[in-house]
Amino acid sequence: MNTNMAVCIAVIAKENYPLYIRSVPTQNELKFHYTVHTSLDVVEEKISAVGKALGDQRELYLGLLYPTEDYKVYGYVTNSKVKFVIVVDSSNTSLRDNEIRSMFRKLHNSFTDVMCNPFHNPGDTIQSKAFDGIVSGMMVQTA
Amino acid sequence: MDQESGAASAGSFISLNEHEQRYYSGLHGLCQADTSGKLSSSKVAELFKASQLPPESLHKVTEVCGAKRLGYFGTSQFYVALKLLAAAQTGLPIRLESVTANLPLPRFVGLKNEPEMRYSTVPSCIDAQGAQCGSAPGSLIWTPTDRNTFRHLEAGTDKKEPWSPPRSPCSSPPRSPLTYRSYPYAKQRNGVDPQIAYESKHSSRPIVQLEQHSSPSKYGTKPTVEHPAMAQASSVERLEQQAVSDYTEDDPWRITEEQLEYYTNQFKSLQPDLGALILGAVAKNFFTKSKLPIPELSHIWELSDVDRDGALTFSEFCTAFHLIVARKNGYPLPETLPPSLRPGFMQHEEDIPDTHEDPSIMQRLQPSLTSTKQDLKEESSKQDVKMLATSQDKVTLQLSAFPERPEPPQDLDPQMKTKTRPRSYSSTSIEDAMKKAEEPPTPPPRPQKTHSRASSLDLNKLFQQGAPGVKSGWLLPPPALPPRPTASQVSHFIGASEKTVQSKVQQPNFADFSHFREEEESSVKPEDQGPHSRFGLSTEDMTNPSQQDMTAASHNQPPQKPVRRKYLPESQNLETVPPPAVPFPPPAKTPQKLLPRQKREIQQAIRKNRETNAVLTRLNSELQQQLKVVHKERVTLESQLELLRPLAST
Repeated sequence: MNTNMAVCIAVIAKENYPLYIRSVPTQNELKFHYTVHTSLDVVEEKISAVGKALGDQRELYLGLLYPTEDYKVYGYVTNSKVKFVIVVDSSNTSLRDNEIRSMFRKLHNSFTDVMCNPFHNPGDTIQSKAFDGIVSGMMVQTA
Repeated sequence: MDQESGAASAGSFISLNEHEQRYYSGLHGLCQADTSGKLSSSKVAELFKASQLPPESLHKVTEVCGAKRLGYFGTSQFYVALKLLAAAQTGLPIRLESVTANLPLPRFVGLKNEPEMRYSTVPSCIDAQGAQCGSAPGSLIWTPTDRNTFRHLEAGTDKKEPWSPPRSPCSSPPRSPLTYRSYPYAKQRNGVDPQIAYESKHSSRPIVQLEQHSSPSKYGTKPTVEHPAMAQASSVERLEQQAVSDYTEDDPWRITEEQLEYYTNQFKSLQPDLGALILGAVAKNFFTKSKLPIPELSHIWELSDVDRDGALTFSEFCTAFHLIVARKNGYPLPETLPPSLRPGFMQHEEDIPDTHEDPSIMQRLQPSLTSTKQDLKEESSKQDVKMLATSQDKVTLQLSAFPERPEPPQDLDPQMKTKTRPRSYSSTSIEDAMKKAEEPPTPPPRPQKTHSRASSLDLNKLFQQGAPGVKSGWLLPPPALPPRPTASQVSHFIGASEKTVQSKVQQPNFADFSHFREEEESSVKPEDQGPHSRFGLSTEDMTNPSQQDMTAASHNQPPQKPVRRKYLPESQNLETVPPPAVPFPPPAKTPQKLLPRQKREIQQAIRKNRETNAVLTRLNSELQQQLKVVHKERVTLESQLELLRPLAST
């Protein structure tokens, strides 16, 4: 599997502040931060769209949130309302939905590991090297 | 890290072993390399002088290593120079070829010495004991040989640690091991030195370091008795002095015997049962006392919690403790777990039944399942086979999930937390067998969203009770112990039929597991105990709470484990299966006997499970209604809040 995938990966807490955000460094990060921020609206919309009563059946993977001409944004929400956002390059057409799902799954697993660490306080930014490693493995390799 | 890159660059044309690398990079750091990588020549000159070689040798070294040509000491030149110094000290000619020889570390007399010249009094090395050179047990572990210590320690450090050279000390001429005062380590050539070093109270043992007198400069505050290590430090220190010669391998990450013993004691102080787990919060408090920064502790946790369950087994605890100890001595934290600290290594050291190691549980489970599966095939009970087959598949799935963490199958995505994550211990095969048994009658509304470790209704019950229930339930889930109040609630729902249902429900377990017992008694029991003991409940402890639980208990729980425990005393009442203590007849005979009984039991099991399912459905619907009610309340409260907010914002 090609490791060139995401251009930006972000983890956003339930209160909608970022716990972790990383972009491919060559490009101006502010643009990605902004993109992730605006994608939160779409995430919220998708969450609320599902029925209230059976919240537990809501699908975790939200799919393509919105495409722009440069890139596509995918979202994923956990049951504790922690959101993962992946931004991928639009030119990377070889990415299939399954691959995005698997990326989110890896992220979620890794995130759960971070949460399990008793030295990590929920709500802190994520400092884990293991998590960094997983994220780096998913980001586009810079030359 | 610049040191490592320095080592790497030097190592590109000369090969440095691990200790050399560490030592050299330490010296490198000491010589205060500036940003361009050039070393301060005055410091280098001092260092050379301290090697006590004649000046012409020093000149030769400088020439050979290329610094003369370059005019300065770069990293690689420095390393070559150190190697040459070592060669010269061992009597080899100073030539480039010498650097490839297997050399001991160069030794230097203290440069800017502090008054403490303890180690200068150390008797000269004895060749005979050179064989024990690697023998300062874990002395490498203890010694902060790393450049980090330079950074941490001021010049005023009073910490000296012995360091046994990695190899071929026997060939080197005896020399009185001398130390730098400015370098926080010393070299030694025999096993005697560490003892003397320790006795001189500047032992490098981390326990001693943790003590007040050892290195206040390093830690700032004096770690006092708040750290439990303190209390035992002095005794352990003495212990360690004796065991100096145990050291067989110069691997700094290897845990030695006395260290192991110390860790065992510490573990016991936190958790008396060696086979049990230390919870994350407990471990956090304990390790926070070591005064390492939280990010480092976090990293250590990540390294040591290999099964990623948020708790530490004994071996994980030893690993974590060892890493902390190493870190306190200045060793940098590795990025990945060193091989000698891997749990496999630890297992072989202990006799603790590795029931708490889930991979081993699973492995033992699988043979038990396969054998029972084969036995069942002899009978005609297809349902059991199906149950076992599916459960075995699940076990296989989890088995494979254990060593790595492969992608869980796609179809289980929403359930990934419950079934396929390696930490979903609750889904052992027995539980799966139970769940499968429940399935054929009617698919129960299984609450998939519940936490992976919860038994089937834990979260719902917790939800009903609010916070206190949550707390108690959180700690208990894996052994499938229901929190007691919830059991009463369930009984409130269920009514009088509960007891009968319970006892009958117990039977399916009996039915399912009797042949387990008969054929694989020994393997099932440890497996049974394993999930039990995982969270600190020994099986003996389990009996009582399980019995109590079962009296009021809901069969909502996967009744298998507590039921089985309770089962043993009741076994005589129920069936002809002898108590497990009695040796069972060989498998060849049992199938025929089992056949009619099996069928009967299975039918009973089906009936009971149907009833169970009905009850569960009812319970679920009631809970859903409650959920809706609470939702509504919440919405009204929120709207009220919104109304009040403009008033409050003034």
